[in-house]
Amino acid sequence: MSQQSMIRADAEPASHHHPDPKRVGDRVFSGLATGSGVLILVILALVAAFLLIQGTPALLADPAKLTAQGYGPFAEWVAPYVFGTLWAAALALFLAVPVSIGIALFISHYAPRRLAQPLGYVIDLLAAVPSVVFGLWGAAVLAPAVQPMWAWLNANLGFIPLFGGQASGTGRTILTAAIVLATMVLPIITSLCREVFLQAPKLHEEAALALGATHWEMIKMAVLPFARPGIIAAVMLGLGRALGETMAVAMVLSGGRQISFQLLTSENPNTIAATIAQNFPEAFGLKVNQLIAAGLVLFVITLAVNTIARWIVARRAQYSGAN
Amino acid sequence: MTTVSQALAPGELTSGRLPAFVLPTTIVGAAVVGYALAVLLAGGNLAVAVIVGYVLFLVVMEIAARVVEGARQASDHRARHLIVGAFALALVPLASVAWEAVSKGAARFDPLFFSVSMRNVIGAGGGALHAIYGTLWVTGFATLISVPIGLMTAIYLAEYGNRGRLAASITFFVDVMTGIPSIVAGLFAYALMTLIVGPGAKFGFSGSVALSVLMIPVVVRSCEELLRLVPNELREASYALGVPKWRTIVRVVIPTAISGIVSGVILAIARVIGETAPLLIAAGFAASINNDPFSGPMTTLPVFVYDQYAHPGIDVQPYWDRAWAGALTLILIVMLLNLAGRLIARRFAPKIGR
Repeated sequence: MSQQSMIRADAEPASHHHPDPKRVGDRVFSGLATGSGVLILVILALVAAFLLIQGTPALLADPAKLTAQGYGPFAEWVAPYVFGTLWAAALALFLAVPVSIGIALFISHYAPRRLAQPLGYVIDLLAAVPSVVFGLWGAAVLAPAVQPMWAWLNANLGFIPLFGGQASGTGRTILTAAIVLATMVLPIITSLCREVFLQAPKLHEEAALALGATHWEMIKMAVLPFARPGIIAAVMLGLGRALGETMAVAMVLSGGRQISFQLLTSENPNTIAATIAQNFPEAFGLKVNQLIAAGLVLFVITLAVNTIARWIVARRAQYSGAN
Repeated sequence: MTTVSQALAPGELTSGRLPAFVLPTTIVGAAVVGYALAVLLAGGNLAVAVIVGYVLFLVVMEIAARVVEGARQASDHRARHLIVGAFALALVPLASVAWEAVSKGAARFDPLFFSVSMRNVIGAGGGALHAIYGTLWVTGFATLISVPIGLMTAIYLAEYGNRGRLAASITFFVDVMTGIPSIVAGLFAYALMTLIVGPGAKFGFSGSVALSVLMIPVVVRSCEELLRLVPNELREASYALGVPKWRTIVRVVIPTAISGIVSGVILAIARVIGETAPLLIAAGFAASINNDPFSGPMTTLPVFVYDQYAHPGIDVQPYWDRAWAGALTLILIVMLLNLAGRLIARRFAPKIGR
């Protein structure tokens, strides 16, 4: 067999130099396909490169010049916004993660089978609402609605540092922004968790039930341990979304440049994304470079978070073949 | 063995269940008490009533279950009630957004809103025609850029990649790309156009480039998934007839998966049509109709909503009314696109696994 093919290969030595005309199409097409794939890698590299090119003038500029023509020395200027970004995202996750896991469990293990898919769609609807609508809702509906509650918390639990300070009169505090952010990351975390919960080995679940475990004990023993890496990855993806979300924060939060952990005051740390959105339309010269450099900082943070999340997902996918 | 069974009191294994009436009774009771407390303490605030009622319900059920059924059953009940509560909680913002958008958006959801722009409008009147044109231009060009690149990449991943290293890294970075903050995509487009056209350039096509960065990964993911669903027998039958690979892909694989591809593209459009931040950066604001995507700022519907809300005139109401009408329009467009995408995917699903 191998001898035959060797002979045939010897017999047609010129086949590589005169390809079948039909196969030219093949080459062009596969070249186009491969080219598109490579183009995506190039685009991602370009995103980083252009942010770097346009951001460097601000990163390298003399602090005095930045004070005169920009928003002030870069590190000092961006630090409160980095804090605000991380703090708002952390609050949002703190609110969203338990609820998301609850919803995912409800859809995968509590709701009747027939209802599970429509209920999943309902939660996905939340993901379809544009962020600017959430921003509008948060600023015009949610903030006035929660303001009395925040004032009450501030008056009665103000001795807790988180609730201390002078309560905001508009309700547009970082806690309100975190609630809007939580609403926006909720469907992402839920849909990923739901998928992982549904993959939990049926036999383990049935074994737990057969041994007399209650429904909740079965979930604690058979579902949650199996799903833990998936939950972590879902939370990381939600974190990536919360870090980069712009409009909800830009419209809801009355943000400044304080580094403050107080949740209910009108003096809140703004986020990087919201700062860029609010200042970019009027910015010029070095200010543009400085905002782009801030965008670069945000890009690096979210890239790191997302890469870790994807790495966890990929690692898990390798092991889950056994199931 | 006998000692064990003697140690059990009669009925111990079967008794200890809460009677069926306890759950509905507690729900009604907690609701009534919660509302009464809210009226007494917080002036009938409905949110307070619900929160107080829910906590009361949890506490009463916990005590009842612990006394009658024991700790294990009690924690089972508690978990169930918390989980149902979590689901109900998620419906609150969804219902509230829908209700507020309809009730507040209805004021200006009139023919005028869809027939004039904001040119020379101060105060009441005016509409979003310029923003609707802008949305069509910007999203249209973004689709024109994203679909070929996304589809060809999906074809590479599904047909040519063979799960090699390039394919693995593309898959990985496509995933990473889905996580790029939208505002960073806007900054990228702005920086790119600064290098090409010069600083301060804001125009529609730049916005399309920004949206493409967000749209390409979505298209790749959905198309790749769909192409992988096409049964291998179809490809092999085509090869057996002597059809080259590229013609097999164009004439056999893509037509088989076309409904899914179309629905994936529609869902991707729905995903980017509501983007605000990148267009704020890359396309800027305009008050009048601009039908040239290559020069001059171009407003899209989401940016219009933001602009009307964030930069109102002295009399705020007409601006906010327009913002809500824009939000309602946007929600309707996104919902319609989602519905269309889902329907197409279901109606014309590829016939696999006969």
